[in-house]
Amino acid sequence: MRSRIQRASFRWVSQRISSLLICSSHGLQITRTQLGSKKGGQSIFRELALFQDYHGLPDFKKALVEFMAEIRGNKVSFDQNKIVLTAGATSANETLMFCLAEPGEAFLLPTPYYPGFDRDLKWRTGVEIVPIQCTSSNDFQITSSALEEAFHEARRRKLRVKGVLVTNPSNPLGTTMTRNELNLLLSFVTEKGIHLISDEIYSGTVFSSPGFVSILEVLKDRKCENSQVWDRVHIVYSLSKDLGLPGFRVGAIYSNDDTVVSAATKMSSFGLVSSQTQYLLSALLSDKKFTRNYISENKKRLKQRQTLLVKGLEKAGISCLESNAGLFCWVNMKHLLSSNTFTAEMELWKKIVHEVKLNISPGSSCHCTEPGWFRVCFANMSEETLNLAIQRLKSFVESMNSQSHHQMLKSSRRKSLAKWVFRLSFDHDHREPEER
Amino acid sequence: MRLLSRKATCNTHGQDSSYFLGWQEYEKNPYDEIKNPTGIIQMGLAENQLSFDLLESWLANNQDASGFKKDGQSIFRELALFQDYHGLPAFKKAMVEFMAEIRGNKVTFDQNKIVLTAGATSANETLMFCLAEPGEAFLLPTPYYPGFDRDLKWRTEVEIVPIQCTSVNDFKITAPALEEAFQEAQKRNLRVKGVLVTNPSNPLGTTITRNELNLLLSFITEKGIHLISDEIYSGTVFSSPGFVSIMEVLKDRNCESTQVWNRVHVVYSLSKDLGLPGFRVGAIYSNDDMVVSAATKMSSFGLVSSQTQYLLAALLSDKKFTRNYILENQTRLKQRQQLLVKGLEKAGISCLKSNAGLFCWVNLKHLLSSNTFDAEMELWKEIVHQVKLNISPGSSCHCTEPGWFRVCFANMSEETLNLAVQRLKSFVESMNNNRSHHQLLKNSRRKSLTSKWVFRLSFDHDRESEER
Repeated sequence: MRSRIQRASFRWVSQRISSLLICSSHGLQITRTQLGSKKGGQSIFRELALFQDYHGLPDFKKALVEFMAEIRGNKVSFDQNKIVLTAGATSANETLMFCLAEPGEAFLLPTPYYPGFDRDLKWRTGVEIVPIQCTSSNDFQITSSALEEAFHEARRRKLRVKGVLVTNPSNPLGTTMTRNELNLLLSFVTEKGIHLISDEIYSGTVFSSPGFVSILEVLKDRKCENSQVWDRVHIVYSLSKDLGLPGFRVGAIYSNDDTVVSAATKMSSFGLVSSQTQYLLSALLSDKKFTRNYISENKKRLKQRQTLLVKGLEKAGISCLESNAGLFCWVNMKHLLSSNTFTAEMELWKKIVHEVKLNISPGSSCHCTEPGWFRVCFANMSEETLNLAIQRLKSFVESMNSQSHHQMLKSSRRKSLAKWVFRLSFDHDHREPEER
Repeated sequence: MRLLSRKATCNTHGQDSSYFLGWQEYEKNPYDEIKNPTGIIQMGLAENQLSFDLLESWLANNQDASGFKKDGQSIFRELALFQDYHGLPAFKKAMVEFMAEIRGNKVTFDQNKIVLTAGATSANETLMFCLAEPGEAFLLPTPYYPGFDRDLKWRTEVEIVPIQCTSVNDFKITAPALEEAFQEAQKRNLRVKGVLVTNPSNPLGTTITRNELNLLLSFITEKGIHLISDEIYSGTVFSSPGFVSIMEVLKDRNCESTQVWNRVHVVYSLSKDLGLPGFRVGAIYSNDDMVVSAATKMSSFGLVSSQTQYLLAALLSDKKFTRNYILENQTRLKQRQQLLVKGLEKAGISCLKSNAGLFCWVNLKHLLSSNTFDAEMELWKEIVHQVKLNISPGSSCHCTEPGWFRVCFANMSEETLNLAVQRLKSFVESMNNNRSHHQLLKNSRRKSLTSKWVFRLSFDHDRESEER
């Protein structure tokens, strides 16, 4: 079962590819995208088959940086000579670690963060992650005190901090970073003389205000072009989320530091993008009419789908962090925990997987400091399936409520006048908020 | 505080070697038959360009494979979403069957023991991460592929200790050479984790003999270490004695239930046999479940594009195609190698007798001004800049004897190869003329009557040898 969003998006892409097959293309000097076809009378298959230059297909890098600029409303532009192609963002993030840190050094990451980072950033590189603790008290935004605390924690653990890595928009929060947070981060890395990596792989999934602000935009606004920090900000991108093409393994590192670009380029030998794929996507992303339409249509559908999930969860008495991006919601199920502990979170998670039959991600796997939060994806299934999922969750919550009612009846048989007191307090704490 | 890592700022990527510098010179002044006929001919790149027509005609008859179609239906979305590091099952099946076919089906491979990687470059590095700690070492017979200095050492911090092979016995691996390398590692306080060989060899262009393979197996069994056999040129063996895979020897020695069975790993790729380096298709094959498991997870850092897996699954599943391709490709490689060998002979240059690969290991010792690597570098620069041929000097391959060069023959047209041979022939002739003329003048000015006559006679004799 495929989501309506995906079916339509893929149909769109397939149609684009077909139309490219028929008409002549501009600028790229190709007439067809299929292999074995002709380019000015010469077969391009041979060229592509032999093309293993780690500098990447120039047409593809050009199309990619223009696409990245378009996603940012063209408020910033990128230089195709500063981009390094990698086999997915997984490879990009690991490569940046190899370039920026020694084994045993550390990067600070705001929690909650994508579980894959534990493998991608640490495994073969020997680099450590020290969390920047964010909490629901301010919607998990990064604060300067949290940054300082993380820095000191690293110091206590005798780890030299080489930089901060943030995902913007955030996974798993589904929120864009505020301009305020970005400014805070820039000031922090400037003061400490360290790097900032901004993993912006969800940048094309921002579907409502406040809109996406890239770290490069803030750098530009602060006129940092000639400052030292300019060379210490690096961006990671990928086509896996925005275009829904994780199988094609297309990622990128963007950096203003020539040495980083040079080293990362050589390291990309260990994970180059297939020339066949570079060629296909170069044609796709060079079609500006297509990209313009795709970006806006994709956002509309994501927004519609997110709203479906949010409202459905509301009806089940479940709230989410208010989000404007991503392919998931950060869902608050604290009230369903038997106790405010991660053990209780695990219990709940197991129930949801085995009884409710929904696979959602528990906050602890994302290193969240507060139990009870779960990441729930909404863009990888059909609308019908999503509705079914919501229904199941609603039923589950209702059954938990009636269980607590049952619990109440049991208590009344067992206790003395105190039971009257208990019942009153139980009603207040547990039932009303759930029905919010 | 050092801002960037040591890896990013030092030279352990090995790309300052002449192997890559020659490449750069070529890029500045590349030969083109029409646009730049006096440019540098690229003979330092081991590419197989001889059999593209076979691939192209297959593609023309099987357009669904590159058009994201299966039986006329679009499978674009399935492929676009497929990022399972276990790889496309149909592709793994086709790969292991192709590998078996190349080995005359004398061995078979289990598709559950193969790990797909973005090229052999990624496969080799991944194996290092799986088998060794930073600071541990692998033994490699010299001469070896210059890229190994980057692929095996750079980010992994594993060391390479050479197994010195010499022209005395056609660069074959010997038991004393193996022992010596092991002792050298110990002297350097390096724990040896294994041996890595390339079979057929790059840059030698020879298959490893059964005797050497047995030697290797005995060695690693005794030492309790790993053996990696990089067999990326296995499909390029064009004449006898034919290719013997390490897997075949393991089988012949009934090693299936022994400990060494789990310590032998094969690396493969479609970059040389099929001429598809741009598509980034490599593989690790291992009988050790833990290695397969760890390498599979690590392949996340360099997965093969699903688009490419699909296309090649279709290609390699076509047995009629693969049967014909393997044969035809070998025929063409043989013919092209002969062209180069004979052409060099006419220029008085000999090569190591070879039966595989995309290159010849050429002996230019007699052109050196002295038996030193400095002289080799001098000669190399002359050949790159004046003769306008980019060939790879033996020193970049860690050869212990000066004067050997790797010369590729499968990455250009026949005409270009003939032109290259012609240029080399002219160069050798001019060297002869210069040398003999210059030497004559020097001698006649400096020496007495008797000596000069004696000298001239001996020199004439030497010249005859060169024209052999």
